[in-house]
Amino acid sequence: MSVAAHGETIAAVSNYIFPNDFHVHWSLMIVLYPYITGLVAGAFIVSSLYHVFHIKSLKPVARFSLLFALAFLICATWPLLNHLGHPERAMSMMLTPNPTSAMAGFGYIYSAYFIVLLLEIIFIFRPVSVALGQKATGGLKTLYSVLAIGSDNVSAKALKLDHKIIGFLAAIGIPMACFLHGYVGFIFGGIKANPLWATPLMPLIFLLSACVSGIAGIIVAYILLRKLSGKDIDVDCVQTLIKFLWGFFILDFTFEMLELFSHFYMANHHWHTLEALYSGPLYNTFWVAQVGIFSVIPFVFLMFMSLIRFKDGLLLFFAPVISVMILIQVLLMRWNVVVGGQLMSKSERGATTFHPMWLEKEGILPAIIIMVAPVVILWLIGKVLPFWMDDKGAEAA
Amino acid sequence: MKENIDIVDIKKEIQKDRRAFIKNVLSGTIAGSLLMVIPAGAALDQRLPEQLPGMRGDDSPFTEKKFAFIVDVTACIGCGSCCVADKNEYNVPDGNYRTWVERYIIDDHDEVFVDSPNGGLDGYTKARTDIPHAVRDTFFVPKLCNMCEKPSCVQVCPVGATYKTEDGFILIDKSRCVGCGYCIQACPYSVRFLNPVSRTAEKCTWCYHRVRKGLLPACVNVCPVHARKFGDLNDKNSEVYKILREPHVISVLKPGMGNQPALHYLGLRREVV
Repeated sequence: MSVAAHGETIAAVSNYIFPNDFHVHWSLMIVLYPYITGLVAGAFIVSSLYHVFHIKSLKPVARFSLLFALAFLICATWPLLNHLGHPERAMSMMLTPNPTSAMAGFGYIYSAYFIVLLLEIIFIFRPVSVALGQKATGGLKTLYSVLAIGSDNVSAKALKLDHKIIGFLAAIGIPMACFLHGYVGFIFGGIKANPLWATPLMPLIFLLSACVSGIAGIIVAYILLRKLSGKDIDVDCVQTLIKFLWGFFILDFTFEMLELFSHFYMANHHWHTLEALYSGPLYNTFWVAQVGIFSVIPFVFLMFMSLIRFKDGLLLFFAPVISVMILIQVLLMRWNVVVGGQLMSKSERGATTFHPMWLEKEGILPAIIIMVAPVVILWLIGKVLPFWMDDKGAEAA
Repeated sequence: MKENIDIVDIKKEIQKDRRAFIKNVLSGTIAGSLLMVIPAGAALDQRLPEQLPGMRGDDSPFTEKKFAFIVDVTACIGCGSCCVADKNEYNVPDGNYRTWVERYIIDDHDEVFVDSPNGGLDGYTKARTDIPHAVRDTFFVPKLCNMCEKPSCVQVCPVGATYKTEDGFILIDKSRCVGCGYCIQACPYSVRFLNPVSRTAEKCTWCYHRVRKGLLPACVNVCPVHARKFGDLNDKNSEVYKILREPHVISVLKPGMGNQPALHYLGLRREVV
């Protein structure tokens, strides 16, 4: 007969799951929610790099980034509404919010950000709207009139005022974008019951990965759309985007690894559950996919692409490929945090499994629809407002 | 002769009994039917003896009491009666548990084996056959809502559908719950689930509806070995007051979470999470 000599070592993982922990409550929809808001925040940062920090080489994508952000922001609430048991009560979060709930803030933060983004787009595109409105007829004319906030004054004085307003909106937009996504990280980071989520680094990691995904999204969309429409691609702009992508990804990846290393090094009583998680159910999606394939490879490529001047053709080939890899990395990170965090039962003794189905309410098909929707919306926006400075309407303005 | 008389008497008695039986059934049926139409003076639960002193006649929204729940780990026999009572009381959907009973087995090599098939609803009638070494200890641990002093679920509920009463109950307003599941994530004890029918969060309420009528929670009421105890800590005669005051081995689950549960465990073992 022996007895345990070292306290907690007796609490070995023996695969016992609390009876209510078999079901993963937050699945694909809640994976997509931070993914979409991250793309929004990141795209906005790209635009602000030009409008506030005057990174001139980003001018070709400065406007497009805002429209890209808007298209995704419109869809940001969709996965949430699809997830809720009672979506018809969703407005209660804004009408009768519980002040101690992190989630209750979403409606306000989302709405405020939506207003700022919309206003910035309206003011940036006002001369374009005025110019296009003069040529348009019928409903489209009314739409352009609304977008030009009813004023066709494009005098130098009026544009100077517009410029001031744009500068102000872009400036307050940066902390708001940071707050929006840092806050999304806090929704998870504030849950002390979940050892994988409960870390003060969570908002920071979410924010950095948001910037990374937004920049990568803009690179892919810019190169793809320009190629499809047979227009020139500004290589200098892509090169600058790649440099920013690398910069943000260094921080993002470092903090992701530091977070895990801190848990490992401190090795408090939660570590044995996290260790079991990372070496078990999350081994493939975290170590192999997120870290091995979709972090290390893009990291090395981004470093070379930033430090060595690639030939244009090579750059324009690798930039979108690496960006797609980064987009997958961020999606995997969302998956590993959101779903991974729920796999370990709060019994600290076992993990459940989760396999998304295609046709269920929160399944793969609805997820694809929700991810395709912003692309369709972006295309629709493109019918009204020109993406690029060399487009017809923009030239006219 | 004597025997004959006896038989006749018995027959008479049976006849009488039959008549009485039919009479009783008839009057009972009529009275019962009338009771269904005309409201009776007292509600049915008022006819049951008051199990929690001072609860009847207290119509205030919140009582002045301070309730506590104690589970005696050393007493539980894992019969599952509490789980059955709970499932019946609330029509809990299969696969979800407002309360459950865990079985702990520790073997000679200090391996801890825990299970709770169907939440212990069927009772632990069969021994586990997959324990590799000789068993050195075994015990049962019933689980239910911890009714925390600092409840995480109340903190995170975005619409205030989960709330804490002044007398310490954590309850859910089904008509306000949006079904986001945040409370399920936040609860360190995994006592919550999303009811697939109502699509709202659900959990143990310590039978608030019974308590307000002076009755013990259903699980406490049925426990054959008195492993579940419930009472008012402001009542110095209550069993829970006495247990918590006396020098027993008492603990709460996951004290490091800082939730300060009002659910206490008597004789809790360190293996229990």
